[in-house]
Amino acid sequence: MPELMQFLLSGLTVGAVYALVALGFTIIYNASDVVNFAQGEFVMLGGMITVFAYGAGAPLPLAAAVAILTTVFVGVALNKLAIEPARGAPVVSLIIITIGASILIRGVTQIVFDKQIHRFPAFTGDAPIPFFGATLLPQSLWVVGGALTVFVGLYLFFTKTLTGKAVLATANNRLAAQLVGINTGWVMTLSFGLSAAIGALAGVLVTPITLTSYDVGIGLALKGFAAAMLGGMGNPKGALVGGLLLGVIEAMTAGYLSSQYKDAAAFVVILAVLFAMPQGLFGAKSTERV
Amino acid sequence: MKLGSKHTTLLVLAVIIIVAPFFFPSSYYFRVGSLIFINGLAVTGIVILTGYAGQVSLGHAGFAGIGAYACALAPVYLGVHPGLALIIGALLSGAIAFLVGRPILRLKGYYLGVASLGFGILVAMLLTNEAQITGGPDGIRVADLGIRGLLREMGFRVKGSELWYVLTGICLLIGAWLALNLHDSPTGRALRALHGSEVAARTVGVDVARLKLQAFVISAVFASVSGSLLALQNRFITPEVAGFLHSVEMVTMAVLGGVGSVLGAIFGAAILTTLPQVLTVFAEYEYAVLGLVMMLVMIFLRDGLLPSLAKLIKGREQ
Amino acid sequence: MKVLASTALAALMAAGPAGPALADIKIGSTLAMTGPASFLGDPEAKTLEMLVEEVNAAGGINGEMIELIQYDDGADPNKARTFAVRLIEDDEVVAIIGGSTTGTTLALMPEVDAAGIPFISLAGSISIIDPVEPYTFKTPHTDRMACQKVFEDMQKRGISKIGMISGTGGFGASMRKQCLEVASDYGIDVIADESYGPKDADMTPQLTNIKATDGIEAVLNPGFGQGPAIVTRNYSQLGIDLPLYQSHGVASQGFIDLAGNEAAEGVRLPGTALLVADILPADDPQTEIVRAYKTAFEQKYEMPVSTFGGYAHDAFRILVAAIEKAGSSDPEAIRDAIEETSGLVGTTGTYTFSADDHLGLDLSAFKMLEINNGGWTLVD
Repeated sequence: MPELMQFLLSGLTVGAVYALVALGFTIIYNASDVVNFAQGEFVMLGGMITVFAYGAGAPLPLAAAVAILTTVFVGVALNKLAIEPARGAPVVSLIIITIGASILIRGVTQIVFDKQIHRFPAFTGDAPIPFFGATLLPQSLWVVGGALTVFVGLYLFFTKTLTGKAVLATANNRLAAQLVGINTGWVMTLSFGLSAAIGALAGVLVTPITLTSYDVGIGLALKGFAAAMLGGMGNPKGALVGGLLLGVIEAMTAGYLSSQYKDAAAFVVILAVLFAMPQGLFGAKSTERV
Repeated sequence: MKLGSKHTTLLVLAVIIIVAPFFFPSSYYFRVGSLIFINGLAVTGIVILTGYAGQVSLGHAGFAGIGAYACALAPVYLGVHPGLALIIGALLSGAIAFLVGRPILRLKGYYLGVASLGFGILVAMLLTNEAQITGGPDGIRVADLGIRGLLREMGFRVKGSELWYVLTGICLLIGAWLALNLHDSPTGRALRALHGSEVAARTVGVDVARLKLQAFVISAVFASVSGSLLALQNRFITPEVAGFLHSVEMVTMAVLGGVGSVLGAIFGAAILTTLPQVLTVFAEYEYAVLGLVMMLVMIFLRDGLLPSLAKLIKGREQ
Repeated sequence: MKVLASTALAALMAAGPAGPALADIKIGSTLAMTGPASFLGDPEAKTLEMLVEEVNAAGGINGEMIELIQYDDGADPNKARTFAVRLIEDDEVVAIIGGSTTGTTLALMPEVDAAGIPFISLAGSISIIDPVEPYTFKTPHTDRMACQKVFEDMQKRGISKIGMISGTGGFGASMRKQCLEVASDYGIDVIADESYGPKDADMTPQLTNIKATDGIEAVLNPGFGQGPAIVTRNYSQLGIDLPLYQSHGVASQGFIDLAGNEAAEGVRLPGTALLVADILPADDPQTEIVRAYKTAFEQKYEMPVSTFGGYAHDAFRILVAAIEKAGSSDPEAIRDAIEETSGLVGTTGTYTFSADDHLGLDLSAFKMLEINNGGWTLVD
């Protein structure tokens, strides 16, 4: 079944992109209960800054490093200047703040850079690798590998390091975390920085495949958000599984049913899962505080 | 103050709608005015859903799409008058909201957000992909409502934008009146109790699920009528009307202005409809400025523009 | 309602400028400078800006300076409609160029029609000029013509069974429909019909299905933006060894850069003279104008010209010629003069309008191009 294999490979590549975006959502959500709709812009910045740094003559690894560091700076600034001052605002206000941030970042990018579509070369060439009758690009391996590495890294960080545990404690109960001496402000800064770094890394990894322009962020944010909710918001495992699942569902629908309705299939599955499990696949049950 | 806040709101709205045209230098301003009223009608629905009942929807443009395409398609396929098509669209939206609302509204917060988002995207996708019926992504023409022709026969020549200013203004007043009545009714009080705390509302015997559904259906009808009016005014509609960005726009307008009150939300609609027209002087800085304004208002004027302004004025007086 | 309308009108008249003495000719444009179609609107807006400067520096039209009023509609039809009203009612322009996309064009057409303002669209769909609306013209080839040009070339190569993979955006969906309609005229069977979303990142599943369809001899990809570049890359990744045709929607150097020289090798598409300015024979009627525009644009903006900027260039030239000929800036006179345009050489082709042809181009203006070694070559 070479077709099935091709669909699967396609789905996993695209799914890994969604997973990386979803992981970014998860980290910020854990630390602050904020769904950061500017997450897609981090991915865009990662790609666009690398394009222009590389175009200016920097070697690719250096260009990527510059892109990731710049994006981390943007992420931390977003937290310090917008999220922290708005602490305690209702959910819908926070949604609008991060959507506003996403429009702002897009607006500034189109002025600083341009409105054209760009790409830079794949890390290890474009020669397709045959795989059980199907083919995949070396860059796909980078993307899938990147998603897995980030996931494992986050898992170790949250379970094995003191800082990671502090983040989880803050996620569970902010007040209690403060009482036991955790600097929750710093946890927030760290989370935004980390999330921006993961977003930018995703941008660097996927641009050779998906191409980039100043307005790719919003689509990625939508799919990443959907993937994170599918898996259960706040759970890195959920983000990974949700992202990969979403990608595979899309590819299978495009392959076997209708390429026109592949996005529809993805959302139908999400709706079905949420109706059966209102907290997503791996979401924790929570009760409302009165 | 003798007047109830309901009457004050309606009076303020009516006065603004009637007086504003005296300051309009060209009929382009009537066009912007009617767009404000159309958006105002949609955000009045958001006030009922989000302001009263505390539920967030990121897919309400889906209902605007249903209303808009009802006006485009019903006259062609059912042979009905476009005005009647508006009502068909509203009924259809209400019925669909009733069906999808039940399972969707069991979800909370962001989960409700993503589910409603999915609904909106499905509607937009149907409108885009079923091109043989809907005209596809390039849009479809909408039949003439016929009022201008009727007026012309009676000897009155009015410009399209002026006529629509009046029509949409009247619709907005009716919509605001309905929303304000709901606010003061027992249902409205129960909704606000639910907004405060779902658990608490349930313990005092409020039927939470039914109430949420009511708010959802009513707000869907508001969005549908606003979509219909847009289609009828432009006499042309594209699937963008059902798109995610339009959903977000509705919520943003309402929250920016002040989702707690009808007047605040309509004020938000006015600001966000006018802003892009004003920002054209900034040319390519338009989006940066727009994003910045959204952020600053939400950070520093948390209750929305109008309530914060009111507070400021009250503070001065004291 | 009557009272309100009439008082409002009275107020309007009192406030409005009395008998404006205009020294300038005001031309308006609403283009998708930002948003999903910005790669169309951006070069279009830049071109108009450059040409207005050029004409004004050379003394204007009949001694009058041109004032260009540009708005960015972000490809949003509702916004385009509002800007059309603004241009007509508030800025009081005498003609409008714009509508980068078919959606925005169709949205603002009722407005120019009601106001009697000549309007030249830069969008592709045939529905803009068929049926002919009195005030609406357009400069790009229709999507139907692109299909015909491609099928003509396929016929020459003896291809009769093809697969299509189309973008679901306005451009791709409209061209797909037109191609399906005219395919049989050229004895061509579309035996696989796939699509992809405008922001999709990978089209290998669709292409795998096309590849697996028995008897496929070539593939056509209507669409614009990044989609066709990804399709081309996936096509080469899957090792599909059949001729690949793209549409005029990606006729720019940018497409080759995005797809990569290797993947784009041998891809054919219907394009305009602009892309092959350097290899055009010196006696070609378009050579001079195409090279002049290319040099000026690339010098001023330091980016390669694209076919889309060329559409704006042609629209502007047609409009200027019409205003010169009409000898006045009365919209009605301009409209009539545009309709009488004959043999005007532009970057896209040679325009000859008439009362029942508001495009004024034929298939001969299209050139079948092939990508070789990262550059364009002429097939015929």
